[in-house]
Amino acid sequence: MIYVLSIVSFAGLTVVLSAGLIIAERFLINYGICKLDINAGEKPLEVEGGQTLLACLYANEIFIPSACGGKGTCGHCKITVLSGGGPVLPIETPHLTRKEIRSGTRLACQVKVREDIYVRIPEDFLNVKLFSATVLSTRSVTYDIKEVRVKLNDPAEISQRPGQYVQIQAPSPDGPVFRAYSISSAVYEPNEVEVVVRLIPGGVGSTYVHNLEVNDPVVFTGPYGEFRLNEDPSVEIVCVGGGAGMAPMKNIIYSIYDRWPERSCWLFFGCRTTKDIFYLEEFKELERKHPSFHVVYALSDDLGPDEKWDGETGFVHLAVDKYLESEKPRQAFLCGPPLMIEAVTRVLEEKGIRSEDIFYDEFK
Amino acid sequence: MSDTSAIVILIAAILTNNILLTNFLGMCSFIACSGQIRTAMGLGTAVTFVLTMTTMINYCIYHFILVPGGLEHLQFIVFIAVIAAFVQLVEMFVERFSPKLYFALGIFLPLITVNCAILGASLFMVIRGYNFLQSVGFGFGAGIGWALAIILMAGLRQKMRYSNVPEPFRGVPIAMIVTCVLAMAFMGFAGMVTIQ
Repeated sequence: MIYVLSIVSFAGLTVVLSAGLIIAERFLINYGICKLDINAGEKPLEVEGGQTLLACLYANEIFIPSACGGKGTCGHCKITVLSGGGPVLPIETPHLTRKEIRSGTRLACQVKVREDIYVRIPEDFLNVKLFSATVLSTRSVTYDIKEVRVKLNDPAEISQRPGQYVQIQAPSPDGPVFRAYSISSAVYEPNEVEVVVRLIPGGVGSTYVHNLEVNDPVVFTGPYGEFRLNEDPSVEIVCVGGGAGMAPMKNIIYSIYDRWPERSCWLFFGCRTTKDIFYLEEFKELERKHPSFHVVYALSDDLGPDEKWDGETGFVHLAVDKYLESEKPRQAFLCGPPLMIEAVTRVLEEKGIRSEDIFYDEFK
Repeated sequence: MSDTSAIVILIAAILTNNILLTNFLGMCSFIACSGQIRTAMGLGTAVTFVLTMTTMINYCIYHFILVPGGLEHLQFIVFIAVIAAFVQLVEMFVERFSPKLYFALGIFLPLITVNCAILGASLFMVIRGYNFLQSVGFGFGAGIGWALAIILMAGLRQKMRYSNVPEPFRGVPIAMIVTCVLAMAFMGFAGMVTIQ
């Protein structure tokens, strides 16, 4: 009896308290309709106050990148708030530099719309669309890396630049989350998008992508990313990747040879063991077709007794150092773990590449 | 049942039985939020308000629902639920009517929920068998006492910014030492009034 009474009275109390809160919320958190102005009048919107800026923009089909689902932990949803955003919150400060704070950069997921608000959003983000697609094919390229290709349904075409990425929506216990993956299909296949994903144990996004089967529906937003390929064909392109950091390079390389069959390009790729090698055959084939393309794979671990390898050994930045000659106009794109990026950047700078011509996609 | 008058309890809760300096309850936000007098005053006001109101609400719930139903063992969970809901309400009010204070308090406003001084006051009220008026006096006094302590502390820490504190003591260690000195100073009030 006492148990029933305890449970009933506590439940009753909780219900009364929550009801009180909901009623209070209805009356207190009501800011009416606020004006949301993007890029000085380019896209004036009217939104209901009280929600976060990120939610308002999503509702109006402006897809700011966000990987953490609005918790303020990923720091991807940076936009400039010119006025009406209130002060910077402590939850944002770890993601912002002093310069960014001074220029009004904020995390869109933390800014609440309370009054008329004026924001500046990079042009690229305004071109981002929400795509629905179906899985066309899946292929395991190594024991833990899978290549998934989807066909776009609505919209049916994507206009991407090589090096850009999409955010795939994955289900999670706390509602859908978005995870960023680089596009590995080339620009001349606008109806399809391919991603290359390594399975991370316990990872929400990679588990979802690895479990996709043919004809499954997929939803993603994109394209994101600021990388722009140098349009001058005399500039050599250097791609350096490590681990699973292959997707953007594959896109860049295939797109280059579609447009400039003679352009000089290097691909360096670092793996641990022969088990981790993938796409080598495809690139060797491309190398035969285009003599100006060079591919170098390097294995960092010692060879096992039953492994055969006649290529480079050691870390990938040593291979970069060995093959590239100094002082040539170049643009570099790196993709991989932070230590690799750091080591390769140092080597490339020694070779005379200016730091503004080195782009990277860092795995964290 | 105590028969001290509510006024005496109020004075005692501020000075002789200061909930922070004699019971050491509510230390976390006391240490974290005592950097500036303005923030300290804001937080002190919010805590005083929440303390007074929750002791009142909890008194009613305890004596009119829990005791008649023989459910005294539920007091902890019920008190916490009431405090949490009430803090949510205060947060909404502050956000709506004083955005400045809302941003100044930041994360510490929701953290009032887990401020042990507030649960402590509700529990003392039950242990010491206060009647309604005494509970209000005690809750209000405890709030004022907590606010007084954090404002004093903020003042001291603002002054301390210019003093040459030895390196290993900077930050929290010196704050703890200052708190202890403050607590000892408050012992000077002992014997003025006593409550139990």
